[in-house]
Amino acid sequence: MSNTKHSAADATSWFLSTARERLARLLDPGSFTEFLTPTERVQSPHLALFDLPAAFDDGMIVGRGRLETRNVLVAAQEGQFMGGTFAEVSGAKLVGLLRAARDDARLPRIVLLLLDSGGVRLQEANAGELAVAEVMRAIVEARSSGVTVIALIGGRAGAFGGAGLTAATCSRIVISEQGRTGVSGPEVIETNKGVEEFDSRDKALVWSVTGGRTRRLIGGADAYAEDTVAGFRDAVLALISHAPSVDLAMLRAEHTRLAGRAERLGACNSALEMWAQLGIAEPRAVRDMDDAAFAAIVTGLTGADHDAR
Amino acid sequence: MTLDEILSSLFPTGHGIKPRPNHLILGTGKRVDGGTVEVVGIADGEALGIEGVLPLAGRVLDIVATGSKAPILVIVDTQGQLMSRRDEMLGLNEYLAHLAKCLLLASRSGHPTVGLNYGKAVAGAFLATALATDILVALPDAEPSVMDLPSMARVTKLPEDKLKELSQTSPVFAPGLVFMKAVGAVAQVWDPAKPLADQFEATLAVVPARDTRDALGAERGGRPIAAQIARRVAHQASGGDDV
Repeated sequence: MSNTKHSAADATSWFLSTARERLARLLDPGSFTEFLTPTERVQSPHLALFDLPAAFDDGMIVGRGRLETRNVLVAAQEGQFMGGTFAEVSGAKLVGLLRAARDDARLPRIVLLLLDSGGVRLQEANAGELAVAEVMRAIVEARSSGVTVIALIGGRAGAFGGAGLTAATCSRIVISEQGRTGVSGPEVIETNKGVEEFDSRDKALVWSVTGGRTRRLIGGADAYAEDTVAGFRDAVLALISHAPSVDLAMLRAEHTRLAGRAERLGACNSALEMWAQLGIAEPRAVRDMDDAAFAAIVTGLTGADHDAR
Repeated sequence: MTLDEILSSLFPTGHGIKPRPNHLILGTGKRVDGGTVEVVGIADGEALGIEGVLPLAGRVLDIVATGSKAPILVIVDTQGQLMSRRDEMLGLNEYLAHLAKCLLLASRSGHPTVGLNYGKAVAGAFLATALATDILVALPDAEPSVMDLPSMARVTKLPEDKLKELSQTSPVFAPGLVFMKAVGAVAQVWDPAKPLADQFEATLAVVPARDTRDALGAERGGRPIAAQIARRVAHQASGGDDV
């Protein structure tokens, strides 16, 4: 794409990578600098209560680097540690990064959030919940100071609960086919409301409700990335130059957009019905078509592209 | 306290908040000095889904559009986000975040926002409403939480008794007002025996200009290191050595 050569690692799966692999491969080689590195051993003071092992980064890596020579701040959740959850330490690291972006105009004006999280860590539920509230507020404040915050969703844990709300607070959302986002996960809905409401073992159903393609089609994500490091990088680069700000006009536009979606698609009983309602000629083909064919369908679809977030 | 008792005590000179079939609270009340308080919220423990979010967010945007600086009171009793395949399919995360953003815009636009939790306040619905305000207060019978203890026991695979025992030594995870206060989420607990109107005025006088909830959690010991970690990250990001 330009003057910074990435390696064959560009083709590696985002879904299968760890948070540190994603950062190292997404950013220009050698450009990543971490804040509060694992050598500082900042770990959860609470997990020991539950006889659970802690991690020296608490599953949240924050720092700065370059993306095709542009300076960026970055945060990445490790979905394989406690489900990438928001907790006292992991949440505070992200809060600190966002507040720095908000307050220090010398810092990069772009923040990338590599989300991979089931939401709030139950073992630290109160601290985690509050951290999400602080993150959401800090994102709005940073955006109001001219910072663009982009969420990248394509990890095993997806972006659910507080992570789903965090993503939707960002300026832009990039998602892959394997990326999933929402509030209550299918298992939680099944446990609380019964298998008739949501059969969490029906993988095709789960994907059609929460997966990357349907989110992109209804305008719930702003870009669709191939499940590779290069796929996510290209999608971010395509979005980076222009992002909506948080003001009354934008939120009115978001309101109209969301109310319109509820009105237009609210009576649909399945994702297939939604896709048909959106004007997709062969909704059944959406699931199995390749990424290029899917991208072609998205182009020109009303409501998929907008500045109302 | 019931919602009616709360509203009478908050607005002794009267208010225009009628009970609504959809359990949403929308209207205005009068301050002791005659000024207007904009009131939005959700009552009766109702779950917050798309149909609840839209009128609330729309009302907040209309308030911002007036250009007034009237305070906004967000009254909350909700069992949490609506658990529904339909709402998830439509992107409930975007709707809940939209409501939070509208409230945050209001506070940035000069409306002091005060959350008041009198019943339940759970998980995603809590984030979209009461936790998106400048300051959150509660009545003593409020039950803010992320998840109830039996469900938490199921997910963490720990016996409920063990969780109850652990909650005695750590406020960081267990549901309830005492713990949410300790971590800094709830700033004040109002006294139902005294006029709420006076307590509302007193709260309005101390609405913080910045997010101070992590500092509060450190002071109260419920969230011992969050504030310090956020500061350290920001300091290192700005090129300083660790503090």
